Amino acid sequence: MTYKTDLPVMLPVKPREPEPFLSLTPWHMLAIALLTIIGPSIAFAQSGSEAQSPLAVLMNWAPLLLKGFIFNLVISISAMALGTVVGAMLGLCQISLLAVTRHSSWFVTQFFRNAPWLVLLFFAMFLLPFEIKFFSLTIPFPDWFKAILGLSLPVMANVSEIVRGAVRSLPSGQWEAAESLAYTRLQTLWLIIIPQCVKRMLPPWMNLYSILTMATVLASIVGVNEVMTLTGQALASEGGRPDLLAPFYGFVLLLFFIYCYPIARFTVWLEKKYAVIT
Amino acid sequence: MSWTPAEPMISLRDVHKSFGDLKVLKGISLDVMKGDVICIIGPSGSGKSTLIRCINALNDIQKGSIKVEGQEVNDPKLDKLELRKKVGMVFQQYNLFPHKTALQNVMMAPVRVLGQDKVKAEEAARALIKKVRLEGKEDAYPGELSGGQQQRVAIARSLAMQPDVILFDEVTAALDPETVGEVLQTIKNLAEDGMTCILVTHEMGFAREIADHIYFTDRGVIVEHGPPETFFKNAQDSRTKEFLSQIL
Repeated sequence: MTYKTDLPVMLPVKPREPEPFLSLTPWHMLAIALLTIIGPSIAFAQSGSEAQSPLAVLMNWAPLLLKGFIFNLVISISAMALGTVVGAMLGLCQISLLAVTRHSSWFVTQFFRNAPWLVLLFFAMFLLPFEIKFFSLTIPFPDWFKAILGLSLPVMANVSEIVRGAVRSLPSGQWEAAESLAYTRLQTLWLIIIPQCVKRMLPPWMNLYSILTMATVLASIVGVNEVMTLTGQALASEGGRPDLLAPFYGFVLLLFFIYCYPIARFTVWLEKKYAVIT
Repeated sequence: MSWTPAEPMISLRDVHKSFGDLKVLKGISLDVMKGDVICIIGPSGSGKSTLIRCINALNDIQKGSIKVEGQEVNDPKLDKLELRKKVGMVFQQYNLFPHKTALQNVMMAPVRVLGQDKVKAEEAARALIKKVRLEGKEDAYPGELSGGQQQRVAIARSLAMQPDVILFDEVTAALDPETVGEVLQTIKNLAEDGMTCILVTHEMGFAREIADHIYFTDRGVIVEHGPPETFFKNAQDSRTKEFLSQIL
């Protein structure tokens, strides 16, 4: 049955298809992999050189690169954990009734949220000592630990904003109902507000984790032995063959994609799920 | 400062409240005796909701006095938690906690705020849910209940704190017409049990039936008040007459 009408609102609505993430399908991925890894191998085979094929070289180095990648993940998980704990507290300070607490935590949040991650990383690297003497105890501060600290700063600031935003997004009626039932402010936060916020915070929090994971390669610039540093070293020890560049960096890209893409999909799925049931 | 039931349970004297430059209440005085059912009616924006929100200190006032059982509310040293244990409130938008079941909504405050034993609180909560005729919905989440059902859970939640008075802030205004009746019936049962109730409402028929006293507010003042029979039949003020003629 069709309607004769000029009003667009009266026309039957076609349900919108969910957009695929970056319009990428597994076929696209395969094509990218072929181009970056296998392509150069074919080119190499046609040149008829005596050296090992790029793919074979990559296979030799793959275990080491994987180890480096796992180190990236360790850095990302540690920085996320640290940043989340401190950031959550900072976020709650942002909704404090005390103006001093509220304003100072707001300032800290904005400062670290609007700072380039690399600059923060440099600060952590070069301002922190390589060890701390605590009476007779010497606590070493290795580079990777400083990298975790440096990367946890922007995470902290972003988590702080996520917490503040989630708390603010709850209808004020929830606060009023709790108040009129004589809950203390702390009880209200702990029993009523935060449990409802967790759902709202989860998708942006996971997004942040994805971004952080991809940002861990910044640590290579300050000399941490993570996957990018190792890739560079591997390429150097192979004599800087230009035909190795694409397969090696392609391999690193693939590692990150395989890890981060499911997180992104899962986030989208969560967002949809919580969009319906609020 | 000891209060006896012979005195008004709630007593407002010359209450002034403004939001910034906007004066919402301009000298309100009224008394509520224990067991009274008071209805406050009036056009939108006349300050009705603000008025009752001042009674449990959800809104503060700039001038005047509000006494609840002899305790001054307009006092910076007021123990708000103690006040709110005595004064229950039911909201237009129900404001149930969506992450808790109906039963948990009702029993949470008695356990957490009053420190009641969990088993006893649950028993009491189940009895209250039965009282508002929602047996079988104990484990339902607010999102699974209709507006009228949610509002009845909200009434049970407020009752669970065993307040001395309950404030009802346009509790049927957000409901579907077919569920208004069940909520009004619940309130009526409460009133018959002797609960002191202060209602802000647009349900004139209900106000007429249930109220001991009706207050008509407009532009921040009480224009006229009286028992429902005289109020609805012999309204004196022209503003009251105009309002009633539009509504009835």
